[in-house]
Amino acid sequence: MKQPAAVLGVGQTRHRSKRTDVSIAGLCREAADRAVASAGLALADIDAVVVGKAPDLFEGVMMPELYLADALGAVGKPLLRVHTAGSVGGATGIVAASLVQAGLHRRVLALAFEKQSESNAMWALSIAPPFSIPVVAGAGGYFAPHIRAYIRRSGAPSHIGALVAVKDRRNGALNPYAHLQQGDITLEKVLASPMLWDPVRYDETCPSSDGACAVVIGDSDAASVAPGPVAWIRATAMRSEPTMFAGKDHVNPAAGRECVAALWRQAGITDPLNEIDVAEIYVPFSWYEPMWLENLGFAAAGDGWRLTEASETALGGRLPVNPSGGVLSSNPIGASGLLRFAESALQVMGKAGAHQVPGARVALGHAYGGGSQFFSMWVVSSQPM
Amino acid sequence: MSADVAVVGFAQSPCRVREDATTSGVEMLVPIFAEVFRACGLTRRDIGFWCSGSSDYLAGRAFSFVSAVDAIGAVPPAMESHVEMDAAWALYEAWAKVLTGEAEIALAYGFGKSSGAELRRVLALQLDPYLVAPLWPDSVSVAALQARLGLEAGRWTEKDMAEVAARSRAEARSNPDAQVSGSVTAAELLARPYVAEPLRAHDCAPVGDGAAVVIIASAARARELCERPAWISGFAHQVDSGSLGARDLLAVPSAAGAAAAAGAGPVELAELHAPFSHQELLLREALGLGEGVAVNPSGGALCGNPMFAAGLARIGLAARAVMSGRASRALGHATSGPALQQNLVCVLSGEAS
Amino acid sequence: MSQPLAESAPLRAPLEIEFDYTRSLGPVLSQFMAALAERRILGARGADGRVHAPPFEYDPVSAEPPAELVPVGPEGTVVSWSWMPDPLVGQPLAEPFAWALIRLDGADTAMLHAVDAGSAAAMRTGLRVRPRWAARPAGGIRDIACFEPCDGPAGAAEAPAQDTLPAQDIGAERTPGMTIAPVRLRYLHTASPGESAYLRGLAAGRLLGQRCGVCGQVYVPTRGTCPADGVTMTEEVELPETGTVTTFCIVNVGYPGQRVTPPYVAAAVLLDGADIAFQHLVLGCDASEVRMGLRVRAVWGETGGISHFTPTGEPDALYETYARSL
Repeated sequence: MKQPAAVLGVGQTRHRSKRTDVSIAGLCREAADRAVASAGLALADIDAVVVGKAPDLFEGVMMPELYLADALGAVGKPLLRVHTAGSVGGATGIVAASLVQAGLHRRVLALAFEKQSESNAMWALSIAPPFSIPVVAGAGGYFAPHIRAYIRRSGAPSHIGALVAVKDRRNGALNPYAHLQQGDITLEKVLASPMLWDPVRYDETCPSSDGACAVVIGDSDAASVAPGPVAWIRATAMRSEPTMFAGKDHVNPAAGRECVAALWRQAGITDPLNEIDVAEIYVPFSWYEPMWLENLGFAAAGDGWRLTEASETALGGRLPVNPSGGVLSSNPIGASGLLRFAESALQVMGKAGAHQVPGARVALGHAYGGGSQFFSMWVVSSQPM
Repeated sequence: MSADVAVVGFAQSPCRVREDATTSGVEMLVPIFAEVFRACGLTRRDIGFWCSGSSDYLAGRAFSFVSAVDAIGAVPPAMESHVEMDAAWALYEAWAKVLTGEAEIALAYGFGKSSGAELRRVLALQLDPYLVAPLWPDSVSVAALQARLGLEAGRWTEKDMAEVAARSRAEARSNPDAQVSGSVTAAELLARPYVAEPLRAHDCAPVGDGAAVVIIASAARARELCERPAWISGFAHQVDSGSLGARDLLAVPSAAGAAAAAGAGPVELAELHAPFSHQELLLREALGLGEGVAVNPSGGALCGNPMFAAGLARIGLAARAVMSGRASRALGHATSGPALQQNLVCVLSGEAS
Repeated sequence: MSQPLAESAPLRAPLEIEFDYTRSLGPVLSQFMAALAERRILGARGADGRVHAPPFEYDPVSAEPPAELVPVGPEGTVVSWSWMPDPLVGQPLAEPFAWALIRLDGADTAMLHAVDAGSAAAMRTGLRVRPRWAARPAGGIRDIACFEPCDGPAGAAEAPAQDTLPAQDIGAERTPGMTIAPVRLRYLHTASPGESAYLRGLAAGRLLGQRCGVCGQVYVPTRGTCPADGVTMTEEVELPETGTVTTFCIVNVGYPGQRVTPPYVAAAVLLDGADIAFQHLVLGCDASEVRMGLRVRAVWGETGGISHFTPTGEPDALYETYARSL
């Protein structure tokens, strides 16, 4: 019933705090053109387009796929726009994959973007409706208490978050597209940076970026004529749970655990730590690396931080995590999830350049959004199932 | 296209201005979920995939769709997604999911509380952000420009437009969910003043709040859930250029293209998402609907237009006509964007392929 | 806060969203806007030879950028129009005007803009119109203030209404390649029945929660629908003012409108008898003294509602009593 699908090409923009050299369409085309070219194709070869983006308020354009139809070569084609909060980039990749897997289209372009410098992300995330009394602003204030709870539950030493920040920023310096290029960052510098929402420090926090990411997904026939290696989509999974409910585990959310259980089952993976060669996971605040390692089953509950501390998640470790620099190095909100998916594909295609994990054959792409409630994930492989 | 998937249930809330409803949609959704589950003999735990359609800008809040997840009861966690479009496109995403085999039963829902927003102004933000939106051309005025093009090309008259409105209101009398209905002649309507010449009030959909839900199932399950499933024999959508001045506003190539891609063929009944009277005339032509086709027996969007649910409701109503035996082939249409820029067609049949 | 209509009617209040979006134009539109500032209009020649005015950034037919930009207009012909008897906020004119699709001389496509015709009777398809330029170009499409009939008198280029320009732009230099797009929208926000009941309870000095008839969990604030089960909750539960801090952060970053100067504690407070914590402030002690398990009680504000929570002085709650709510 389900047709095989593969990533044929990947493209992304140079992510920056303000891409004032391009319009919104120009930003999207930069990523789309690169993706299509890397697949040896033209926009005219694309059968359908799926656009993903976080809230319209960030750019002040309602339903921007309507404005972007011409720029994306979508006139006369099917066009969808997905919005699942922060996980949207991942959901965009999964929706695009399902159109191919359902046998509806041969080649689908997934494009996710955010040009959040046109407004102010903090403002857009903090608009309080009447009758609500905001206590904190922005995402950091929301997640910091859950990070505190993780540290308490796990007994993790207090410098673990800083280790992740150092690793991800140094990885980012190997990635020419990454917004933050901090090759000389040190543990001391991170620990000395201002505490924003205790226990989260400035250098442990993602930037606000303009950027776009595009992925071309094709069926078996399309993959067979692709000019270079492709990344076969071995499994996809999405799960959601409410923002708040009595008994919700905010540290190790059930939706994340059930999502990855479905994912590993579909992919035939029983020992993730040994079977996954590299993972691109959505870490906007550094402590989420050990938290997600546990949620994803790479470590037992309470032990995720040990993998980080032992440098197992660094390039060269047992499970390199975020060799691209991750969300901590670039965070165009709507695109970040697709960047994780795209970077996982680049790894198994052998196209990750200076941040390539040698011999990577099976990779995980992961995204989450909302109040740790929306999860989307995929497993890609250099070999078909 | 094989008809492996069928619509097995549909419900919508009565479309009207609701002082009690919020932009999260929960108050409008909880009762119609209960209704459709009862009709199908299902509970929320039977749904393999949920997909919704709604808009932050209609709500005035970022992430406004998130609160709607409360209405689902997503504990244990659910496979769920969302499009920032009319829920007809959420149904399309759900249909694709069922075709992959990842879900056997899927539910699409849409909701919109237009009465809380300055709808005409908000929709101006769908236009080109550099060249058009800064002028704030409201949605009614944009539709009026399209209507006049047709008048002056001899495609229709103001009387033809009024007749669409009069017929719709008469049909809507038998639709308990319609916002506007009644017995009025075209002549009486033409005597009323313009609101945005050449459009009069009756040429425009009323502003109201509402929600809709459709349940689809794969062949194995559909026959257990419904006596006469409405098989999806075709489902396609296309978009036209975003440049209002560059495209021919009297042609709707994306509607014709979607109908062709869906393998539409002759149908007995069509529910068209036409929030303006002249757009029904345009769509009839683009979709090749002959005189014998019953168009908008519900009264259509002209009699009730819950934003982001109206397109889904058209598909639901077309499916209901097939499920009730009123039609053996029916068509549901949805539109998105200014002046019919993007169009979707779903063809429903009483026969599995 | 708005006046409640009736005891059971939901609370409503206006909600305004406003922002002056700073848009970068990219190479094609930068040229177009630069020309507008000089009272020239450019169009783009498409792959099929048609000239588009205003120019496309990406051709609807080929998806390619324009091969060349060519001068068009400035005069043009109305190809369709509609009448705006009661202009809306932000539109080009404050007095009744026509919207029109205008084909500029030399162009094959139409441009959407306003025509200051005076009355609907003066408008017709085929009318010849010319741009009325803004008194001071700001670097956007509104540098054409509107169009006017060629056979009429030249209208004075007025300063546009205050609410159509960003406040900081008045007197500001135009930045090449950038344009500012103010967006102001008004909504009437309705609180859910659950939210309204909670707020009314607060006004009466009561903390109200609800118990779900399916899972039995007690939710506070009242919210109407159980998020776990998707059912309406009807059983009201009154909760005491005391509770436990489950977890928290110390906020050092302020934001506009925040009423407490950082550093302050934002905490999740689990009221005694509730099954879910909610966010609030903890004040009345040093931020460094707050800990997971701290026992707190509500402090009511002068204007009704809870101002913040403050330590009670009791021994901390055992971890097991609140671990489930983390």
